[in-house]
Amino acid sequence: MSLLKIKNLKTYFHTRAGTNRAVDDVSFSINKGEIVGVVGESGSGKSVTCHTLLGLLPQPPARVEGGTVTFDGGELLTLSHLRLREIRGKRISMIFQDPMSCLNPYLKIIDQVTEPILIHEHVSRQTAEARAIEMMKKVGIRDAELRAHSYPHEFSGGMRQRVMIAMALVTKPDLLLADEPTTALDVTVQARILKILHDLKDDLGIAVLFVTHDLGVVADIADRVVVMYRGKIVEQGNTRDIFEKPSHPYVKGLLACRPTLETQYQTLPTVDDFLQSEVGADGSFILSERTDAKKRLAGLQKQLKCEISDKDIPTTLLQVKDLKVHFHSGGGFLGKPRRTIKAVDGVDLTIAKGQTLGLVGESGCGKTTLGRAILRLQESKSGSVLYDENELTSLNRSEMLGFRKRMQIIFQDPYASLNPRQTIEQTLIEPMLVHKIGSNHSERRDRIVSLLEEVGLGSNFLLRYPHEFSGGQRQRISVARALAVEPEFIVCDECVSAMDVSVQAQVLNLLRELQQKRNLTYLFISHDLSVVKFMSDDMIVMKNGQVMESGNAEEIYKNPRSEYTRELLDAIPKSTLSG
Amino acid sequence: MTNQDQANPQGSSLWKDARARMAKNRFAMGGLWIIILMFSLCFIFAWFCTDPNQVNLINKFASPSLDHWFGTDALGRDLFARILYGGQVSILVGLIATAVSVAIGIVYGAVSGFAGGRTDAIMMRVVDTLLAIPFLVLVIVLQATLSDWSGDATRWIVENFKWDKEFTGRLTNVIPLFFALGLLGWLTLSRIVRAQVMSIKEREFVEAAVALGYGKARILFRHIIPNVLGPTVVYSTLTVPGFIMYEAILSFLGLGVESPNSSWGVLIKEGSNFLETEVQLLLLPGLFFSLTLFSLNFLGDGLRDALDVKAAKD
Repeated sequence: MSLLKIKNLKTYFHTRAGTNRAVDDVSFSINKGEIVGVVGESGSGKSVTCHTLLGLLPQPPARVEGGTVTFDGGELLTLSHLRLREIRGKRISMIFQDPMSCLNPYLKIIDQVTEPILIHEHVSRQTAEARAIEMMKKVGIRDAELRAHSYPHEFSGGMRQRVMIAMALVTKPDLLLADEPTTALDVTVQARILKILHDLKDDLGIAVLFVTHDLGVVADIADRVVVMYRGKIVEQGNTRDIFEKPSHPYVKGLLACRPTLETQYQTLPTVDDFLQSEVGADGSFILSERTDAKKRLAGLQKQLKCEISDKDIPTTLLQVKDLKVHFHSGGGFLGKPRRTIKAVDGVDLTIAKGQTLGLVGESGCGKTTLGRAILRLQESKSGSVLYDENELTSLNRSEMLGFRKRMQIIFQDPYASLNPRQTIEQTLIEPMLVHKIGSNHSERRDRIVSLLEEVGLGSNFLLRYPHEFSGGQRQRISVARALAVEPEFIVCDECVSAMDVSVQAQVLNLLRELQQKRNLTYLFISHDLSVVKFMSDDMIVMKNGQVMESGNAEEIYKNPRSEYTRELLDAIPKSTLSG
Repeated sequence: MTNQDQANPQGSSLWKDARARMAKNRFAMGGLWIIILMFSLCFIFAWFCTDPNQVNLINKFASPSLDHWFGTDALGRDLFARILYGGQVSILVGLIATAVSVAIGIVYGAVSGFAGGRTDAIMMRVVDTLLAIPFLVLVIVLQATLSDWSGDATRWIVENFKWDKEFTGRLTNVIPLFFALGLLGWLTLSRIVRAQVMSIKEREFVEAAVALGYGKARILFRHIIPNVLGPTVVYSTLTVPGFIMYEAILSFLGLGVESPNSSWGVLIKEGSNFLETEVQLLLLPGLFFSLTLFSLNFLGDGLRDALDVKAAKD
């Protein structure tokens, strides 16, 4: 018998803008000791499903409109608040996405891990603490006895996520709901956490509902997969079946649009290459497969061949030598003694005109600081940045202005990188005004319209404000703003990291297309090795502010020379089982 | 483009959204209407009233009648007219003092937060010092200083422009009070603006502006300050009642508006002398005063909710 059975679950959000069918007729079940992965993009309803089970959604606006959730023979949805509390944390536990904000910073780790036991069971504090420490050891926290008495801020992100898992499992629940538990973590840490979850499942015999947007993660860990799209389940089945022979066009698209280390496409396929959607009479979406999907894919593959043939000898555009950026903390008026953090510690790199240099590293390795230091958004301590044979580090503000026009940056978070109080037109016209591009308003306006077309947006968006756009569209606007001054060099700082794979594929394609059309040079910064490999000609791997390895991208992936690069490559979840 | 990649069909701005949310808030809209009503009573209707300073000792403490809607006070002056004329002073105190303090507060706070480092430290120590001295003491000292000048100003205006002496006197009498309050009321606001600016200057769109080669002034005034206006607007509506209250306190102490001119504070003070026999002399001006304060507070609350970006995402 299955442990958890969800049948025809419908959760709608009723807002001013209308009804959003976040979860629309979803049915699946989980057996004892099984890991079920729920995969979908943001807005697909995967997290809402998860939160509905424990009654964690704010009601209103959310409302459960129908369906049943049976847990171990009893109905969950109609339980009283008190009865539900007996189940929460005791029989069904949950871990959340952001380990940084899910622990109370004012309580010691041991108090937080012990708390669920003390609430749900009548045991002494000593027993509870002993169990807590035992569980912390199980999730791989070394010296648990000692570290238990420290506070959350003394733990790294990965360690905090382990604490969260220990907290969730310490009451020996039957079911663990994991809502994107590894999304905020680096790949190597993610790989370790996934292994811990997998081992614990065997060890404790718990069932896990694993919610994620990353197909690769699911392939590694789940027994069965449920793929959701716009509130509906589009496909479910054994992990192997789904990855080897997906039947639904959306799943096919999702598998194809994620760049992998083996990707052979010049342009990434997008979900649109597989999927057509129409709005049905009742307002729901009708999905169907494109008949010309095969032809579209073939077209994408062909472009690769002609690309290799027309490579000419590149000239160097940017050369960075022994660049150092140090930060000082403390040392204030009455503060602690100064401490120096070497964010970038002697980095050399060279980028040729029209090429892409990929820059890979985990969070905190100094890759973003390096990008900012090249653009002089961050002052460097020593070293040189030669751009087109001009030394940038010694220029003053007005001398730098000329180079601002030639070098641009695209940021990670499209929600924060546009001024919310400016219309798109104002956002795009301002750089032209500052750099005196175009002689009058109508000329500049024409240029904006063609820019927007170039990034795949229409001119009817001109008078809108940024908050009216989706993440992917905002990133296109950021790209258009960077292009408004007609730069030749662009730093892409994690510019697709916050996006769903299908949107990511579109933006990556756009960047590639623009590169070919305008002969742009990119410094492409990302923590995602497969994305970097797809984009880059050459690449460098950074750790602790230093370059671990550099060279031809293809070459590095085939024969990684440094230990660290190998570790990074091993940690990438295999996105296809068949390879 | 996929379907979820398309924006809402209707264009709207943050301000338009805010207005729509505001219109739905009954308390805030009620407050707004009462304020508009007060405004038109005090500034338009007042011109058609009897002279508020005309003494008629025979008719003192008269009950409400057609001639005197709210009756008369201890000197036989029409109470309704006095409340409306007093309202002019009180409302102007609120608005002018707020305008002055908002202007100073935004610029001071924004410069301090944007500059950071030593400039910021020095500017904020100045604020700390001023905050450490009791507000009313500062206001009284500053008002006294400004009053010296205002006496000279009155003489100068009357001599050069041949304005009516009494009218000019009335005007220059209260202006030091407006500015004394405004020139000292910006301290808290500058702190709020500084904190906002410090968080907004770390946002990526500001960095993008630096990367695009925009100048410092452009970044501060076009990109940062518009983004701190929301909280500022809210805070300033909440300071208006505060300033009206300070004027009332100062007038109550005999330091604000001078007799025979009135303000709500003056009227309440006068009314309190006859608390046991003629309670309406206290209650009626008090009613106008508290109604305005309530309305402004509701309006401020409504604005805060309407401009809240998180609410905009629902």
